[in-house]
Amino acid sequence: MSDTVVKLTTKKDWTSDQEVRWCPGCGDYGILLAVQQLMPDLGVNPENTVFISGIGCSSRFPYYMNTYGIHSIHGRAPAIATGVAVARPDLDVWVITGDGDGLSIGGNHLIHALRRNVNLTILLFNNRIYGLTKGQYSPTSELGKVTKSTPLGSIDPPFNPLAVALGAEASFVARTHDLDRKHMTEIFRAAHDHRGAAFVEIFQNCNVFNDAAFDDITGRERRAEMMIDLHHGEPIRFGVDGSRGVVMGADGQLRLVDVADVGAEALLIHDAHRNDPSLAFALARLSHDDHSPTPFGVFRSVERPDYGASVSAQLAAASTHKGPADLAALLRSNGTWTVANPN
Amino acid sequence: MTDIVERPDGADEVERLDHIVIRFAGDSGDGMQLTGDRFTSASALFGNDLSTLPEYPAEIRAPAGTVHGVSSFQVHISDHDITTPGDAPSVLVAMNPAALRADLGRLEVGGTLIVNSDTFDERNLAKAGYHSDPLNDGSLANYRLITVAMTTLTKDAATPLGVKPRDADRSKNFFALGLVSFMYSRPTEPTLAWIDERFAKTELVQASNRAAFLAGYHYGETTEEFGHRYEVRPAQMPPGEYTNITGNVALSWGLVAAGQLAHLPVTLGSYPITPASDILHELSKHKHFGVRTVQAEDEIAAISLAIGAAFSGHLGITTTSGPGVALKSEATSLAVSLELPLIIIDIQRGGPSTGLPTKTEAADLNIAMYGRHGEAPLPVVASYSPAHCFFAAIEAARIALKYRTPVILLSDGYLANGSEPWKLPDVDTLPDISVPFTTEHNHVADDGTAEFWPYLRDPATLARPWAIPGTPGLMHRIGGIEKEDGTGNINYTPENHEKMVHLRAAKVAGIANDIPPAAVIGDADADVCVLGWGSTWAAIDAAVQRPRRRGHLTHLNPLPANLGDLLRGFRQIVVPELNLGQLCRIVRAEYLVDARSISKVQGLPFTAREIETAIDDALERLRTEASGGTQAP
Repeated sequence: MSDTVVKLTTKKDWTSDQEVRWCPGCGDYGILLAVQQLMPDLGVNPENTVFISGIGCSSRFPYYMNTYGIHSIHGRAPAIATGVAVARPDLDVWVITGDGDGLSIGGNHLIHALRRNVNLTILLFNNRIYGLTKGQYSPTSELGKVTKSTPLGSIDPPFNPLAVALGAEASFVARTHDLDRKHMTEIFRAAHDHRGAAFVEIFQNCNVFNDAAFDDITGRERRAEMMIDLHHGEPIRFGVDGSRGVVMGADGQLRLVDVADVGAEALLIHDAHRNDPSLAFALARLSHDDHSPTPFGVFRSVERPDYGASVSAQLAAASTHKGPADLAALLRSNGTWTVANPN
Repeated sequence: MTDIVERPDGADEVERLDHIVIRFAGDSGDGMQLTGDRFTSASALFGNDLSTLPEYPAEIRAPAGTVHGVSSFQVHISDHDITTPGDAPSVLVAMNPAALRADLGRLEVGGTLIVNSDTFDERNLAKAGYHSDPLNDGSLANYRLITVAMTTLTKDAATPLGVKPRDADRSKNFFALGLVSFMYSRPTEPTLAWIDERFAKTELVQASNRAAFLAGYHYGETTEEFGHRYEVRPAQMPPGEYTNITGNVALSWGLVAAGQLAHLPVTLGSYPITPASDILHELSKHKHFGVRTVQAEDEIAAISLAIGAAFSGHLGITTTSGPGVALKSEATSLAVSLELPLIIIDIQRGGPSTGLPTKTEAADLNIAMYGRHGEAPLPVVASYSPAHCFFAAIEAARIALKYRTPVILLSDGYLANGSEPWKLPDVDTLPDISVPFTTEHNHVADDGTAEFWPYLRDPATLARPWAIPGTPGLMHRIGGIEKEDGTGNINYTPENHEKMVHLRAAKVAGIANDIPPAAVIGDADADVCVLGWGSTWAAIDAAVQRPRRRGHLTHLNPLPANLGDLLRGFRQIVVPELNLGQLCRIVRAEYLVDARSISKVQGLPFTAREIETAIDDALERLRTEASGGTQAP
C-alpha cells in the first residue's frame, strides 16, 4: 500500500446511492453511520476497500458502502473474504456477519479465518435472534428463550462469541455496542489497524424481534454499573465513581469486587497484548447473562503472521528459488524422449 | 479443441501387433503401484505407446494377505498407437495368493502367470480363501505358470549387503520388476538411475532395491524357464518430444498454462478428496508461476475462496470429486448469479455418497448439468484422455473468462491416474485466452454523469464487465439477490427476474457458436453412430471399426450447434457411458433421436470388446427391424 496515494475523502465518498432498507429503529443504522464516518480517517481509498457479507439483516451492509463488495451466501463471507485477502493482500477487507450467519451456518469458516489470521476486519452484529427469517432463536439466544421455533423455550446453551473467537486463536478480539458511536469508532479503528484477523462482537438491538435484549447492560441508566471498560495497561474498574473492579483470585478465577473492600492496588491490570489468551478468555467468560456486569473494549490484540502475506511470501520465495515461470520447461519436467522423423 | 477426437493421421494403417498387457498384483503394502509405474516409465523412455490402469483399495492398508487388500497396476505397452489399458492382461504377476484370487479371472486363457511362490503358505492361502494350493492342484493348467521364490531370492541378494532380512523383504517388488524387465526387454538404466535418486538418502534401502532389481533381471537371464524373450519395439508415433503423463498432472499443468495464457495469477481453493487431491499437490509445487493454493477447511470454503479470488481478478479454481460437487452447489449458483469466471473441476468417482472412492465412474453429468437450485445453467467441458486434460483445462478457462461464468470440467478416476505418452505441444501455439478488465465508466446517467454499471453486457457474448478492486471510480456491489440488468441494483420485479433468467441462459447457450461443430468419423452411410463423452473415448476408439461412425463430445453444455442435425442422420445412436445413461437421456430429450444407452457401473472403464458387442447388438436390432421383426438371415 506504500505506493498508493490516499485521497482525502469524506463520509459522502463512502456512502453508496442505495436506499437503506433496515427496519426503522434498527441498531444497524448506528453501526453503518459509525463505519461511514470512520472510513475517511483510516488512510485508505474506497477503491482499495472490499466489504464481504453473508446472509441476514446485517449482511445488507455492503450495499450501503461505496466500495467494492459482495453480498454472498449464508455463512460463507469469511471464506470468500479469505479468497480476496489471499489473492490481493493490498486490499482492505471487511467481513460483515451476524450471530446466525457467523456462528451457526458459517461457524466453520469463521473459526478457520481466525485460526489462519487472515487480514480481515470482522464485524459480528450480535442481536441474539434471527431477524431476516422473522424471529427464530439464534446460537447466541439465552436458554429458555421463547421464539417462533422454541414455543416452550430454548434448550440450546448459547455460544459466547468472544470465547469462540479466542478458542480459535484469534489475534484480535473486541466487543462494542450499537448505542455508543464513539466507542464503536475507537474499536473499529483498532480492529482495522490490526494486521491479521480482527474480530469485533457488536451488541446490536433488533427492535422488532428481540427488542431491548441488551438494555440491562447498555441502557443509559444502567451503563455505569453494568459496563466494564477495558483499557490496556489499566486496572479493570467500573461502576459509579469506579467503585467496583475485577480481581483475579489465587485459583485464577476472576471476581467482581467493591474496590473499597480490596484496595485499588489489588485490581487486575488489563493486558491485551499477553500472548497467552487465558486472561482474555476469563474476561470473555466474566458475564454469563445479559443482567450482569459485562466487559467491553479490546480483550486481546497480539501479533501473528498475516495469512495473505505468508502466502505471498511463499510465492516470492519460490520465484527466487526456481526462477521465472517457464511453461515449456514445466512440460518437460518429468522426463521426455524424442521420436525421430523416420526420414 | 474439437468435438470430434481423431487419432493421428495414418494411425489406422499400422498393423496392430506386438503389444502386451501386463498386470502387477499384490498386497497394498507390496509396492505394486510403484512397480507398475517404473515399468511404465522405462517403457515410455523406450518409445512404446502405452496406457495404464492403476487399481487400489480405498483403505490405506487393508489387512495384509486378504483379497480386498489387493492393489494392482495394469499397463498396456505397444509398438503402435493405443488408447486403452487393454481388455485382458496377457501377463499377470501375482505376489501372493490373494492377488492371484482377485485377478486371475482377468488373465487371458493361455496367458503367462508369474507368482511369488514363497507367499503360498497355508496361512496366506486360507486368508485368500483357497482350500488347496492352486500352484499344485492343477487349477492353473490353462496358463503358462512360472513360480519364482521371489522373497527368498530377494533376501539372498540383499542380506549380504548388510540389509536386515525383514527390510530385504520389502524389496521383492523390485525383484519382480527386474524379472519382468528382462522378459520384455526393458532397458535397466532408467530404473537403476531412478532407484539411486529416489533412495539416495537411505543407503541400505537403495542398495537393497538395486540388488533385488538386478537379481530379478539376472534370474530371468540365467534361468532356462525364460528362454523365450518378448520384445515390444518402440511405437511408430509421430515425430516429436514426448513425456508420459497422467490425467491429473496434465490437468494441473493445463491450469498453470491457463493462468499464463490469460496473463492472470491463479488461486486454487481445494479440500482433499480422492481422486482429485493430486491436483492440489501438483499445483502447490508451482508457486513460481503465480499459483496460490489454499487447502480450505471444507469444500464450501474451497469454492468460496475461489469466488473471492475471481472477484479480485485472479483465475479462481476449485477441484473436487462428486461429494464435493454436491457441497459446492450453493456457491456454484452464487457464481452463476455473480457472473464471475470460475473453474470447478470434478474428478468423478463411483457414487453415490462415499461410493467407490478409488474407482472410476462418469455419473456426475447430471449434477454438472442440473445440480443447482433455480435456473442456473453453466458450461460443462469433459476431457477424454489423460493428455487431453491439459487442453480441457485451458478450454474451461477460456470459456469461464470470456463469458464470466463458472465452468464445470469433468474428468474421472481412470483419466486422473491413468497415463499415456503425450507429444508435447509447442507452447507458443497455445491460444491467448486473456480478457481485459474494465477500467473506465461504461454508462452515462440521465444527468450526464459517467457511471459504472456492473451488469451492462457485451452485446455479442452477453458477458458483464469485470472490474476488479483497486480500480478507481468503479466501486460496485454484487450479490446473490436478483439484480437489475445493467445497473446491478437489487431488483425483485417479475419482469426483471424473467429477463435475467433468460439472459443467463442465453449467455450459456450462445457459447455453442464459439465451440467447434460436431463431426463424425467413419463411413458416410453408416446406420449406427456411437456417441461418447469423457474417458469412454479410449474403448470406443479401440472398438469402432471402419463401417461405423462415431462422435465424441468434449463440450456437454452447450452441445455443439449442429449435433442434432448430425444425429438425426443415423437410424440408431449408441451411447456408451459409465453411468445409467445420462448423456443418452440428454440427446433423446434435446433432439428426439433413437439413442440407446450402453451402461457400465463397475468402477472400471469399458473394454473395447464391450463396445464392439454393443454395436453388434445395435446392428442386429436394425437388421431385425428391416426384416419385419423376424430374425435376420
